[in-house]
Amino acid sequence: MCLAIPMIVREVVNDSILPPVAVAESGGVSRKVRLDIVDRIPEPGDYVIVHAGFAIRTMTPSEAKESLETFTLMDELLENENGTLE
Amino acid sequence: MRDEIRKTVSELSVAMSEKTAGRELKFMEVCGTHTVSIFRFGLRSLFPEGLEMLSGPGCPVCVTPAGEIDAFLEIAAKGNVTAATFGDLMRVPGSSRSLISVRGEGADVKVVYSPAEALTFAEESPDREIVFFGVGFETTIPSVAATVAQAKRLGLDNFSVFVSHRLVPPALRALLSDGEVKIDGLLCPGHVSAIIGSDAYRPFAEGMGVPCVIGGFEAVDIMKAVFGLAKQAVAGEARVENAYERAVTAKGNIRALEMIELVFEPCDAEWRGLGTIPGSGLKFRDEFAVYDAAVKFGVNPVNVPDPPGCRCGDILKGIASPEECPLFGETCTPLKPVGPCMVSSEGSCAAHYHYG
Amino acid sequence: MRKNEKNGIGKHVTLDHGSGGLASAELVREYFVKSFDNHVLSQLGDGAVFLLNGQERGRLAFSTDSYVVDPIFFPGGDIGCLAVHGTLNDLAMCGSVPVCLSIGVILEEGFPLDDLKRISESIAAASISAGVPIVTGDTKVVPKGKADRIFINTAGIGVVPGEIEMTPSAVRADDAIILSGSVGDHGVTILASREGMEIPDGIRSDTAPLHHLTKGLLEKFPGDVRIMRDPTRGGVATVLCEIAEASAVTLVIEEEKISVKRGVKVVCDLLGLDPLYLANEGKCIIFTDRSKAKEIVDFIRREPVGKDAEIIGHVESGHPGRVVLKTGVGGERLLRALSGEPLPRIC
Repeated sequence: MCLAIPMIVREVVNDSILPPVAVAESGGVSRKVRLDIVDRIPEPGDYVIVHAGFAIRTMTPSEAKESLETFTLMDELLENENGTLE
Repeated sequence: MRDEIRKTVSELSVAMSEKTAGRELKFMEVCGTHTVSIFRFGLRSLFPEGLEMLSGPGCPVCVTPAGEIDAFLEIAAKGNVTAATFGDLMRVPGSSRSLISVRGEGADVKVVYSPAEALTFAEESPDREIVFFGVGFETTIPSVAATVAQAKRLGLDNFSVFVSHRLVPPALRALLSDGEVKIDGLLCPGHVSAIIGSDAYRPFAEGMGVPCVIGGFEAVDIMKAVFGLAKQAVAGEARVENAYERAVTAKGNIRALEMIELVFEPCDAEWRGLGTIPGSGLKFRDEFAVYDAAVKFGVNPVNVPDPPGCRCGDILKGIASPEECPLFGETCTPLKPVGPCMVSSEGSCAAHYHYG
Repeated sequence: MRKNEKNGIGKHVTLDHGSGGLASAELVREYFVKSFDNHVLSQLGDGAVFLLNGQERGRLAFSTDSYVVDPIFFPGGDIGCLAVHGTLNDLAMCGSVPVCLSIGVILEEGFPLDDLKRISESIAAASISAGVPIVTGDTKVVPKGKADRIFINTAGIGVVPGEIEMTPSAVRADDAIILSGSVGDHGVTILASREGMEIPDGIRSDTAPLHHLTKGLLEKFPGDVRIMRDPTRGGVATVLCEIAEASAVTLVIEEEKISVKRGVKVVCDLLGLDPLYLANEGKCIIFTDRSKAKEIVDFIRREPVGKDAEIIGHVESGHPGRVVLKTGVGGERLLRALSGEPLPRIC
């Protein structure tokens, strides 16, 4: 029911004409993610939880990092960032 | 990293066993993804002796009445229609057929990962009627609402949604008020809670004395959450605990809730096995009624009785385990399911069958 | 051959090509014989008749498989080389040394000839690289709409040396279970391609022939290999369940020993799929004597197709047909065979 995965935001497109969209990535796969219903519009470098093509929650890197020990994918993503989070 | 996870999981398992000391405890998980995750990680083997997890009505596919599936199949079979649905629904039988069989008969049925994909079909094929099967709880509802809002902005007239959405809190209230159901705590759905907020469970904890812990979906998340329930149950406490703080806040996702509010309003709805639960369904507000597929195609769900012998209802209430259903594993298997609990990969019966 | 037919044969397969007449002969010559010509094939007889070198009474293995994959071209391969490797691998899994292949092609009217050329060249390259010739073949063309672009059937004959016998009844308690490499690569490549999803870096179909590996293995370790299977449709989980059932044993598998590439895991997460149930086209599961397992794994790792080989579990007597999975987080559960088409879940 709640299948959703965390993705890191690379780019945000928020003009007023089309619905707001982020380009987000997880493990090297990029997806366009709709931002119509996310609690806070993310900045590049933030993480979003994505369900059915829509972001349902934005997390700051530190919020995501807080539960590092429980998020296997997060760990790999963070490793990927050449040692930095941004 | 993996070793750390193993270690934490193991420590939590030990701590839980020490805490409960073999006491009999029944906790209900109300999220199909929790059911599947618990099975997939093999966590059952790590819960203490005496601690039992019951699978409640957390699988939206399982609780969709057969009559509504039949109604959607009727629409899908129409000549000009492209039926768009999540993969979960493809094999769910209505009273006799499923989307997969209807597709075999020539209906245009497409599996989508997002309602937005269905809307794109509508934009690309103006000569076809695109109908999306709107199933899912509060995690999914805002996306469907946003898609319909977008359809309105674009002025599309060849897109509609067959609304079968359900709301979790009214179902919890009905369950906890049912005399037959006796549980010592609720493992609350992580992503539904991201939308509705942890405060939504206060009436059950503070009002009805049932410990509520919101859990995430990784192995450590689930172990922490169940441990939280065990601690409360043993101490005789009943409060709402948020063990998924990175995703869930007290008030939830206001933007998402407002989007639901914009497009839908609550109504009574039937849940398979649980009967009608007041205020637990959704219907379009008048301004969006033109997107209502049932109205557009003049199709009305008919009440369909449960197949004889099928104990899906009791299983959804957590009163019976899948193994206690006479049809389980013999007459009713994932390949030839009788009731939805077996069809959806998140249904209790499918999870028990697949993962033991 | 009419002039305009030879020169302007056109860009697409037509029903004429399937008629058995000159257009057919032209098609076969231009697109197949040219690519995989050998002295047996060039006779263009109805069947291939030949002597098996040095075998007066060998046991033969004979296998067939049909290929209808969509998309027909994908990262790592195409329907052509897939068809060659698939039958070679079936022959290899029986313990045989493949000797020759046949190929049957059904084309939909309108299929682009450029694509046909590409596929035919891929088939030829696969056959040459494998050292197994295609000695006979057939082509048919059906009207538009009666087939989905191209369907291929391959059949193959292999020779089973000496005392080799791959059979479920050979499996015994304490045997080791070896998996030759990562899982889900092919399945994910196909499903992601179908969805128009970006394929993650480094992920492609693993389609590859395994017969060199198995031949070497059986030569070096005769008597130590019980059974081999390649986990194609249904994935590793299904094959393990089938063997457990056929051998009437319990299998205990360590999840963390099963290699899943990160890109595969991500696509599976996004699409709601389980890599243990996805198809692999260049991997095998091998049951071996426990005492030789380490040596055998080292041997397999020396082959490019087996570089990520691991011992993933062992056999126990007890509950026949049961497959126990020890999960990566320290729990335990049962593994079941795939019931139907793997369907993605969202809800």
